[in-house]
Amino acid sequence: MRIIAAMSGGVDSAVAAARAVEAGHEVIGVHLALSSNPQKYRSGARGCCTIEDSHDARRAADVIGIPFYIWDMADEFHEGVVENFMSEYKAGRTPNPCLRCNEKIKFAAVLDRAKAMGFDGVVTGHYARTRESENGRSLHRAVDPLKDQSYVLAVLNREQINGAIFPLGDTEKVDIRKEAQARGLAVAQKPDSHDICFVPSGDNAGWLRDRMGSEVGPIVDQDGNKLGEHKGAYTYTIGQRKGLGLTVPTEDGSPRFVLKIEPVTNTVVVGPREDLAVTSMRGERPIFCGPEVGAAPLRGFVQVRAHGAALDCTYYMENYQLVAELDQPLLGLATGQAMVIYDGDRVVGSATICETA
Amino acid sequence: MSVYLDHAATTPMFDVAIDAMNASLRKLGNPSSLHTEGRSTRKDVEDAREKIAQAIDCLSSEVIFTGSGTEADNAAIKGLFWHTDKKVIIVSSIEHHAVLDPAHWLVEHEGAELIEIPVNSSGTIDLDFLKKVLAERRSEIALISVMHSNNETGVIQPIAEVVQIAGDIPVHCDAVQSFTKVPLSFKELGLFAMTISGHKVGGPLGIGALILRRAVEIPALLHGGGQERDIRSGTLNAPSIVAFAAAVEAHLYDAKKVAALRDLFESGVVAARPDAVINGKGAQRLPGISNITFPGTQSDSLLLLMDSQKVSCSTGAACTAGVHRPSHVLMAMGLSDVLSQSSLRFSFGTTNTEADVAYALSVLPDVIERGLAANAVGRK
Repeated sequence: MRIIAAMSGGVDSAVAAARAVEAGHEVIGVHLALSSNPQKYRSGARGCCTIEDSHDARRAADVIGIPFYIWDMADEFHEGVVENFMSEYKAGRTPNPCLRCNEKIKFAAVLDRAKAMGFDGVVTGHYARTRESENGRSLHRAVDPLKDQSYVLAVLNREQINGAIFPLGDTEKVDIRKEAQARGLAVAQKPDSHDICFVPSGDNAGWLRDRMGSEVGPIVDQDGNKLGEHKGAYTYTIGQRKGLGLTVPTEDGSPRFVLKIEPVTNTVVVGPREDLAVTSMRGERPIFCGPEVGAAPLRGFVQVRAHGAALDCTYYMENYQLVAELDQPLLGLATGQAMVIYDGDRVVGSATICETA
Repeated sequence: MSVYLDHAATTPMFDVAIDAMNASLRKLGNPSSLHTEGRSTRKDVEDAREKIAQAIDCLSSEVIFTGSGTEADNAAIKGLFWHTDKKVIIVSSIEHHAVLDPAHWLVEHEGAELIEIPVNSSGTIDLDFLKKVLAERRSEIALISVMHSNNETGVIQPIAEVVQIAGDIPVHCDAVQSFTKVPLSFKELGLFAMTISGHKVGGPLGIGALILRRAVEIPALLHGGGQERDIRSGTLNAPSIVAFAAAVEAHLYDAKKVAALRDLFESGVVAARPDAVINGKGAQRLPGISNITFPGTQSDSLLLLMDSQKVSCSTGAACTAGVHRPSHVLMAMGLSDVLSQSSLRFSFGTTNTEADVAYALSVLPDVIERGLAANAVGRK
């Protein structure tokens, strides 16, 4: 096949591209420029969009022996991911921009462009596996549980999965580094990237305040009694305990947690830990990687964070929404996060959490 | 087969230049040394200087070797600015970044004021604009810099008229693309300064020259051993200088042949894609450059697709991150942001053949179709 290798400049995508070449594909390396004003140097372990990263990707392509180009996706990234990130926070939800990027950029804008240009698919360094069956191709967890990225890929539909190649899912990260070393790739020991690439400081709250202002509002208890003030409701997350700056203690001295964020009134509601408990969730915009889920309840697992636990649940569709009822309550679940349903290690699908109870 | 159509970026070294360079690389001697070996290398450098001076019709003392055309442009723009206490710099809006960026740097750091001469839709500068500016502000102007021909479109600029209008104001001309391709006389044009480069004319990379009028002493960018009239210190790069001169002396550029190939290509493109627009077609152009807009496409997609068909061409401008950017040249000619990012530059050289043109034309229709499709999904 003729495929595009999305190369971030990191070790994973470099090894993925090299493996795709070895598998006999005709591979062209592409680095996505996602920032219209990139920083020159990488700072710490965050981001993948600096000029230094694009240079690393180019050198990896040289070593692998494939052509290399840079595609400017800065506008698409800003519109599809960064603006969405801000508007979701503004609406009191907690978005995951990595899922959004996979859905809108890596496996949409890039895959569509690649197909239009005569390529058959996109290879990336994500840790996930695909399997072929009579029902078509399905998406599965990687063998390395610490690196498994099936959660952030669960926004891909069947067509996108069919155009994707994930060569790293069967290998543990430590072995990928060894393989990179053996292949002579200079990025073998480059640190993993974490957090949100367009927030290089890692300070999401500060980043949001810089762009959306910091309008002061009340922090109240569940009865509406004002306990303190906050600097912008959107900088808080459900379940957050630290950084509330409350001076009025609770009667029994127990800590308070953020229970609710009300963007319209710019109010943060706090309360005791037990009130964070969630036993069911509903998600909108469901996307199924395999066969669609219907109204009949099924048993499986739901995962609500990138490296969170797989929670036993019963799931089904109701009113175009994906519902998961948990066997055991979960503490602190924000709307805006993705709920990903698994059947064993197979990804069933995902939805954006819009309601919890 | 593979076809190289990016001669304006760099062009193959002539065999005579490679031979001259190899011979010089085997020779011992710093051209500034006073002993036998030094004098011998110095002789090679001075022979080379005379050959280049002859080719460009200037005095040999007016040739100052530099490490690149960019360095020569910087030395000229900054040097001529620092040479006077006047603060206004006039450049054309379509200059290479090697001229535009030092001019902008002088605005930011040295209190200069920059005036850009606009161009018409064919890419030729507006002489009336220049006349009007000079009528109002002649006494304030430190220098004028206008390129001899544009690197993206090949459009030749009216330098003789610029010099005439300028009178006693120093005029610099970046002639990197024109040198050896079209007739060029430093003396007849009456310039103060001119830039040329080795690797565009069959010489090696990393050697250029500033042609600077005798007795014009500008401040140096590099200080040290005092070489090159104390304007460009640094041990002379004898092998590259010798090879540069050998390429110039051989003068193997066949303008007629190159222009015929370019015309053949352009008529083929327009026949295949009637909506294609050849930028600067109405103006006098260099023989070898063809800049073509393919509406509805994106240059970087087209370049990738051409490259995968083994045809090498150029998108024009790229920023430091390697991201394709809209061309300031095409935008100055009135093209929209979108159209200026839908253009490719094909540049031809003496090594090209009719078979090259035929091959490039044979892959073009499919490339454009795929480029249109890629752009359609990208902008949905």
